[in-house]
Amino acid sequence: MATLHTVNKSPFATQALLSCLGHAKAGDTVLMIEDGVYGGASGTGLAEAVAGLGGAVTLAVLEPDMKARGIAASRLMDGVKTVDYAGFVELAASHDRTQAWL
Amino acid sequence: MTDGVKKFLYVNRKAPYGTIYALESLEVVLIGAAFDLDVSLAFLDDGVFQLVKSQDTKEIGVKNFSPTFRALGDYEVTKLYVEKESLAERGLTAEDLQEITYEDEDDDYAEKPSLIFVSRAEMADVMGDQDVVLSF
Repeated sequence: MATLHTVNKSPFATQALLSCLGHAKAGDTVLMIEDGVYGGASGTGLAEAVAGLGGAVTLAVLEPDMKARGIAASRLMDGVKTVDYAGFVELAASHDRTQAWL
Repeated sequence: MTDGVKKFLYVNRKAPYGTIYALESLEVVLIGAAFDLDVSLAFLDDGVFQLVKSQDTKEIGVKNFSPTFRALGDYEVTKLYVEKESLAERGLTAEDLQEITYEDEDDDYAEKPSLIFVSRAEMADVMGDQDVVLSF
């Protein structure tokens, strides 16, 4: 019974990503899209919140949104993977529900 | 996913008047109440501000929709989960929120509280137990 969480706002503008990480359960996936992809970059002060999850939650960023903003894959935090649009659909289909953190 | 009646959760994370999200959420809840659904509402982050009592919007020229929450019981919407950490972070306690109750038709119409105060971990469990989650 896993949930796909989507976050579409920069973590430097809203608390959405932090709140999402605080409510994600083991086996869930957090997908950062649109301005949410800034949350996937390393060296931003979010490492602690991500480390607190202990790897029980899968973190991913939507590659087209990441590329659009000039974020190289090499800048992503360890353990954060990238998905393309088809991968987004796969995630939606493979989880029991999708929850948007607006 | 369960068979039969679907569990719907409306997640409220925005303060009431700065954006239209809160009012729209309430409108959708009322529309959804016409269908045979197991409805719950979640209030966390700034969403807890929606439930604060003594709201008076006369001087900002918008409708004070907070009394509408007290009517939800008549639509069999009786589970309003409120996150304790979100209250505490904002300097609020349960006493700062309006009282919301419903009449339990299975218990001689006894008046019972609709607000259910839960921890962040319990809120995560509530979210993980739904068929559909609608965010506002």
